[in-house]
Amino acid sequence: MLDQNLSRYIWTHTRPQQLWILFVVAVSMIPYFMSFNLPKMIVNGPIQGAGFEDPNATQTFSRIAFDLPWVGNIVLFDGVEVTRLGMLMALSAVFLGLVIINGLFKFYINIYKGKLGERLLRRIRFTLVDQILRFPPATFKRIKGAEVSSMVKDEVEPLGGYTGDAFVAPALLGGQALTALAFIFVQSVPLGLITAVLVAVQALIIPRMRRRLLVLGRMRQLTARELAGRVSEIVDGVNTIHSYDTSNYERADISDRLGRIFKIRFDIYQWKFLVKFINNFLSSITPFLFYSVGGYLALNGQLDVGQLVAVIAAYKDLPGPLKELIDWDQLRQDVQVKYQQVINQFAVDGMIDPALQDPATDTATARLAPPLAAVNLSVMDDSSAVGLNRVNFALYPGQAVAIVGTAGSGSEILAEALARIVWPTGGKVVAGEADLLTLPEALTGRTITYADSDTYFFFGTLGDNLLYGLKHAPTAPEGDDTAALTWNRKESLLAGNPHYDSACDWIDYASVGANGPEGLLPAVFAVLDTVGMTKDVLDLALRSTVNPANHGDLAQSIVTMRHTLHDTLLEQNLDGLIVPFEPGAYNVEATVFENLLFGNAILPELRSGVITSNPYFRQVLEAQGLGDRLYAMGIEVARNAVELFSDLPPDHPFFQQLTFMTADDIPDYQLLLQKLDSGSAAATEADRAAMIRLSFDYIEPRHRFGLLTADLMAAIVAFRAVFLDGLPDDLRQGIEPYDPDGYIVSGTLLDNMLFGRISQKYRDGADRIYAAVAALLPKLGLYDTVLAVGLDFHVGAGGKRLTNAQRQKLSMARALIRHSDYYIFNRPLSALDGRVQMQLLGKTLEFLRQGGRDPGIAWVVSSPRMAERFDRVVVLDRGTVVDDGTYADLAQKNGVFKDLISS
Amino acid sequence: MLLNDEVKMLRQVPLFAGVSPAKLKLLAFTSERVGYRAGDVLFQQGDVGDSAVVILAGRADVVVEGAKGPIKVAEIGENAIVGEIAILCDIARTATVIAQTEVEALRIGKDNFLKLLADFPEMTIEVMRVLAQRLSQTTMELTEARNRLVKSGA
Repeated sequence: MLDQNLSRYIWTHTRPQQLWILFVVAVSMIPYFMSFNLPKMIVNGPIQGAGFEDPNATQTFSRIAFDLPWVGNIVLFDGVEVTRLGMLMALSAVFLGLVIINGLFKFYINIYKGKLGERLLRRIRFTLVDQILRFPPATFKRIKGAEVSSMVKDEVEPLGGYTGDAFVAPALLGGQALTALAFIFVQSVPLGLITAVLVAVQALIIPRMRRRLLVLGRMRQLTARELAGRVSEIVDGVNTIHSYDTSNYERADISDRLGRIFKIRFDIYQWKFLVKFINNFLSSITPFLFYSVGGYLALNGQLDVGQLVAVIAAYKDLPGPLKELIDWDQLRQDVQVKYQQVINQFAVDGMIDPALQDPATDTATARLAPPLAAVNLSVMDDSSAVGLNRVNFALYPGQAVAIVGTAGSGSEILAEALARIVWPTGGKVVAGEADLLTLPEALTGRTITYADSDTYFFFGTLGDNLLYGLKHAPTAPEGDDTAALTWNRKESLLAGNPHYDSACDWIDYASVGANGPEGLLPAVFAVLDTVGMTKDVLDLALRSTVNPANHGDLAQSIVTMRHTLHDTLLEQNLDGLIVPFEPGAYNVEATVFENLLFGNAILPELRSGVITSNPYFRQVLEAQGLGDRLYAMGIEVARNAVELFSDLPPDHPFFQQLTFMTADDIPDYQLLLQKLDSGSAAATEADRAAMIRLSFDYIEPRHRFGLLTADLMAAIVAFRAVFLDGLPDDLRQGIEPYDPDGYIVSGTLLDNMLFGRISQKYRDGADRIYAAVAALLPKLGLYDTVLAVGLDFHVGAGGKRLTNAQRQKLSMARALIRHSDYYIFNRPLSALDGRVQMQLLGKTLEFLRQGGRDPGIAWVVSSPRMAERFDRVVVLDRGTVVDDGTYADLAQKNGVFKDLISS
Repeated sequence: MLLNDEVKMLRQVPLFAGVSPAKLKLLAFTSERVGYRAGDVLFQQGDVGDSAVVILAGRADVVVEGAKGPIKVAEIGENAIVGEIAILCDIARTATVIAQTEVEALRIGKDNFLKLLADFPEMTIEVMRVLAQRLSQTTMELTEARNRLVKSGA
């Protein structure tokens, strides 16, 4: 738990360091004050000549001697005799030395304070996240993720900067101010009193005025946090916003909030500068009093002029520290408010006991005592609506129970309660005799597996997410004691963070029956098969761009596969399906641009839309005589497109067929053609480039305008070699040529297997090729490797790059790969159609009982008919269990279940 | 074969006889040019119809699944259009069409075809005319068949 008082919190966690830094600061004062005295010594001594009246006079430099009581005079160092010039140089050298020493002290102190602050920041942030992990589940209905993350990230940030100064600054600045004040008192008591009163006024009024600033600061913090929450809501709900045309409502809301924030911030500015003004005024009223009152006293002879000058000189040193002290106090209060704001948000009742989350490795073999049961279980939500009412239900290992009920029946809540996601408000969920909530998560989180329709995935690859449920504790011993690791561990300890190494292997291989990373893949493939996701993963793999270096000799195998695939297609009489890329031939199924470049453009400036502005490309194009020909071709393409489409309204579906221009471009091209045909004006460079670009996308078998002659194709093929050979150095990395014997890193896996374009000529060509590829992979021993590539697919934020159905299947796979004693499924496949759900349900039940395993399974089914596959059926209605028995019995009996299956 | 040649072929199809060449060119451009080898199936009886096909070259057999196996009911060649009924009234394919030789064809997607009908009434009338002709032909044949049945039964 975090202390309510920030200063106490800082003191508790950094006491030794604070004391050390105070000590260092105190020590640093010695050279600091010595350097004050030195200029006077230099000016009075060697420069003005005090003690050097005789040109040959010398003085002792650097004599170190003490007069100690009882001991007498001790001379440590006799010193050296130096002349006037020598003395000047020696003292200047000392001055330089002191400057360096002072600088080094400052350097050390600043770094030390920084380290102290950052460490404390790390500690606070970790504690906050740790608390989030221990919030009771119901808390998450009230809080917004973005607001919490803005608290953890932004709102505690200033605490780091404050930590280093929490104790040092008041000690240092207070000391300086007191010294100056005392000096004034020594010179003149009345002036000292005046100063003291004015300082007291400043010290009383300014913080009082700043109280308003603190209130405003708190409001600013809250409004900013809410803004963060709203922005993330807009991002999350953007589809709803678009489909209901409420974007302007959101705009209005944001503008309104920004207006409020502006008003608060502007208020803050006004107050801040008002306070500053008053502060400055009070500071400068003191000298005014010195001059008037002190001058009056001096005129009356009650004060001598020297004293007055000394007081005024001493006063120069007072406002600086004083102002900084007041600023420090302001920062303190500000940070204290922020800190309290944050920790109050994190003070939640019923936090999970940290002991329950201890990463125990010995629980891996521990078992829950059977059965997993709900005893008089009642669940009410925060509005006191009853979700479950005194439900009794027991699930024994080896049993497969279907939980049936309509949406409001409480069946889903029962599943959530069994999985510890919802906490009971009455009664309890027990394993054997023990209340589930008192058992460590390390035990329940491994022996109970839960999956529901609401999938969540972490940002990362598909494979990472699939294995997420196996990462309970680091399994491999931590790596060698490298310097980095040692440093990590030491720092974690100092900031009160745990020192697990997140980079080491966390996957619990033993729990899936594998003895290491090698044994894992078969288990992964088995679950993917069970949930019917193998084809999806294969698909993702074939469409992904991979760095073959990460996959052994994959590149070589794929290149070899090109020939095998060709032979296979030949066997099946499908050899015309792929038109391969050949360095010396035009590929009619590829675009003109692909044929020109004969490679993938990697640099943006070489992409088809902009390459016409590349000087080298244009130069080669013109040198090869292709400029005019492609220009003429572009004009023909434009002519055809205009002729075909100019009569159609811009939203006509036929425009989808028009790949090389949009409906809006048609009138422009029409005008351009008219201009060129009438000969009224010559084509400009831009017109020419536009037409050439138009020719780039042309594919003869697809567009069938009849624009490619054998002669032109030959010229395009000839262009390739010239273009590639003369490529300037800066473009050399910008293009990856198609090499029949090499892997194209910038292409997808499928592109590399085909090394050509699928012919448009045959209906379903893509499907046939796909089938051929899928059939060929196992024969070549590449199936596993390619499937593993699919596991590297990045699922995006929250898994958004997967379809709904894929997400649910992946969520199911993530559950099935775990070997648990109980499996709780809560309508896990609701996004799939009924037939597929039924099929996956059967496969899942079979899968879970493979290899002599005998887990207890509770499945909230989405349709009552699915209950037929289970040993036992439990029917819920309006929060209570109304029927319990076998499917056959319940289907006979007149009751809720019969109504459900007949409806 | 180029777009212009396809247009010439399409003009031979009775259904499109009244449609202007410019529109036929558009139809050709928005359609898919496909090739089939001998033995390839163009449509499978019972499948959902998503397109009509105009044969540009080659011949194909129209086959119906009968009680005693497939029965060949017709043979179609150049300029024939098949499959247009299924896309007009959303019914499953009433017959299987198999390429007898190598076939070059133009596949007109359902949406494009319907859009074309909506945009060009002259084409709709042409379709109606052809369908009406077919209906009267069928009615005639049915009457003849009945008469024969009555005679043989009597």
